[in-house]
Amino acid sequence: MRVRGRAGIEQEQRQVTSIVPGHAVTGPVRATADGRTGTPGDATAEEEAGPAPLAPRARVFPSLAAVYRAQLSRARVARIPLLFVATFQSVGIMVLMRGVVDGGSEARAVVAGSSVLVVAFVALNLLAQYFGQLRAGGGLDHYATLPVPPAAVVLGSAGAYASFTVPGTIVTAVAGSVLFGLPLTHLWVLVAVIPLSGAALSGLGAALGLLAPRQELATLLGQLGMSAALLLGVLPADRLPAPMGWARDLLPSTYGVEALSRSFDAHPDWAVVALDLAVCAVVGVLSLAVATWAYRRAAVR
Amino acid sequence: MYGPRPNTPLRRTGRPRPPADRRARPGAGGPVSDRPGGARPVWPRAQSGASDPVPSYLVSTGTAQAQPATGTVCAVHDLVKTYPAARGRRGAPATPEVRATDGICLDVRRGEIFGLLGPNGAGKSTLVRQLTGLMRPDSGGVTVLGHDLVRHPERASRLIGYLGQESTALDELTVSLAAETTGRLRGLTAADARAERDAVLGELGLTEIAGRPLKKLSGGQRRLACFAAALVGERPLLVLDEPTTGMDPVARRAVWAAVDRRRAERGTTVLLVTHNVIEAETVLDRVAVIERGKVIACDTPNGLKERVAGEVRVELVWRDRAPLDVPEVAALRASARESGRRWVLRLGPDEARAAVAAVTGGAAFAALDDFTLATPSLEDVYLALGGDATKGLVKS
Repeated sequence: MRVRGRAGIEQEQRQVTSIVPGHAVTGPVRATADGRTGTPGDATAEEEAGPAPLAPRARVFPSLAAVYRAQLSRARVARIPLLFVATFQSVGIMVLMRGVVDGGSEARAVVAGSSVLVVAFVALNLLAQYFGQLRAGGGLDHYATLPVPPAAVVLGSAGAYASFTVPGTIVTAVAGSVLFGLPLTHLWVLVAVIPLSGAALSGLGAALGLLAPRQELATLLGQLGMSAALLLGVLPADRLPAPMGWARDLLPSTYGVEALSRSFDAHPDWAVVALDLAVCAVVGVLSLAVATWAYRRAAVR
Repeated sequence: MYGPRPNTPLRRTGRPRPPADRRARPGAGGPVSDRPGGARPVWPRAQSGASDPVPSYLVSTGTAQAQPATGTVCAVHDLVKTYPAARGRRGAPATPEVRATDGICLDVRRGEIFGLLGPNGAGKSTLVRQLTGLMRPDSGGVTVLGHDLVRHPERASRLIGYLGQESTALDELTVSLAAETTGRLRGLTAADARAERDAVLGELGLTEIAGRPLKKLSGGQRRLACFAAALVGERPLLVLDEPTTGMDPVARRAVWAAVDRRRAERGTTVLLVTHNVIEAETVLDRVAVIERGKVIACDTPNGLKERVAGEVRVELVWRDRAPLDVPEVAALRASARESGRRWVLRLGPDEARAAVAAVTGGAAFAALDDFTLATPSLEDVYLALGGDATKGLVKS
């Protein structure tokens, strides 16, 4: 029933619910609805028939590939932060250091440190921020309500972030080598340095982002990690005081820097390079495992 | 000064006496069961002479009302979740312990569109998070299609398609990739995910914007894209948390049409969270009204409205302020809920008649801007049940 004064749009809309003759709406519904709130004992026909079949799980590799592809596509939207900022930063640092350092082992440290800094910026810092933001904003719910293995989400995202570092690291290494007159001969070692230090740093970034209790803390930890990589990677090791040297040994990016730095030798000691990279790989496996555990924990609260 | 137009038509189209022309056209009167299965009857237009007063999104979802609902898809019993008390910190006052769900019991039947209605903070989303395995209840049980989701929360994702309130995970993806990736992560093969993506985007009218990132879309379009992602990879139960927020009428119509189609073709059950009373009245088969973590009523929308059928809602809008010097108006004030120039009263039919007579005649008339008399809506039910509807419920 409705008697109307001057009509507004709202009233017009509301009229929809009342102008229909009541019996037309209630008739068929009331036949099936008794209005009770349910109790566990009733209407168990479904349970008697046995549980319904479950939809299949997403398998690890296809879902990893799907997450990786989706994350990679984000570079189209967020091109500047994901691809360019780190490169500009590293190239800028090298130009700055050009005035201070003139060749020799110090130049190698600067070029190798700046190149790996790109990896630290994107894979550690940005990934920690991304997961922190995803967790705080409820974005993890999206993945947590899909039958996808946690490892696929973590590895897919970490892999994508490691991939974002490829162009920046190559550009930085080549530009640095030219700037400081270092040989380009062994730069192919980046093929191993980028994925392995990428795995180590993105695992660390993902774990920090997922473990940090608040989004701001995830951002802070990511920034600190990157600053440490900058300070301890770019500055030549033999000039650092002893405690800083120990901190340097603890930071996984150091081993990527060392590996790249050694490859500038005329005859690099490949065994030591391989050892450095093996450290990166081990840290990568461990930190990604921690990140996967942290993801499980963060997804179901 | 202008009073209300004296020639305003005062029509009565009461439920007991539908207008003759309406009775003469069976089938024009809403979801009448003689319609062929699967057809979606559209609510009849109001007769006010306005060009198209009925929003096109208010499409009845009457198909399943004609089908007998069988079996329980989702059974919830005695669900309790308590958020612990938080200690006060600097700048943040201490919050006491909150029982977000306080012994909730529900049965959702196959093919039903079941609604959870309540204001913000009533505990709807907490309940939904427990249903979808995102949160463990402190006690109680959730059974979906025979699976105990409290013991096996990981099975929820293989039974339920969930549309949450947040789109953070998909924001930087294109509409097309968001839908396809979600399908892949629901276990579809690459080819199936692409095929379903194309079908769903076509169905929802998103094909034109398929290549655009969600971030660059308007709120309603983004919501529709997330809804599309929720549909890729079929599930027997859809849990939709305020799916139509921010959507325009066209998008809303697309959502309800898509829901209806799945229900008619596959018997899909829908659990819908809403705080929109108009939507609740229009699309839901049954609704549970939630208030402070408890189900305070559960029935069909019309069943609920019958509980307050003896009352009439009178809304008065004054030009400046109420003419309290008129004794009748001053007397009405006691029973009015005031918000600015607007008064809302729930009165018995005789009182309502007297009130309308008082304000449309004499001195009060000059101060009156608009008035409405209406049968109770779900909002009135909510108020009558003891809810505090001054916050949270939306009418749009």
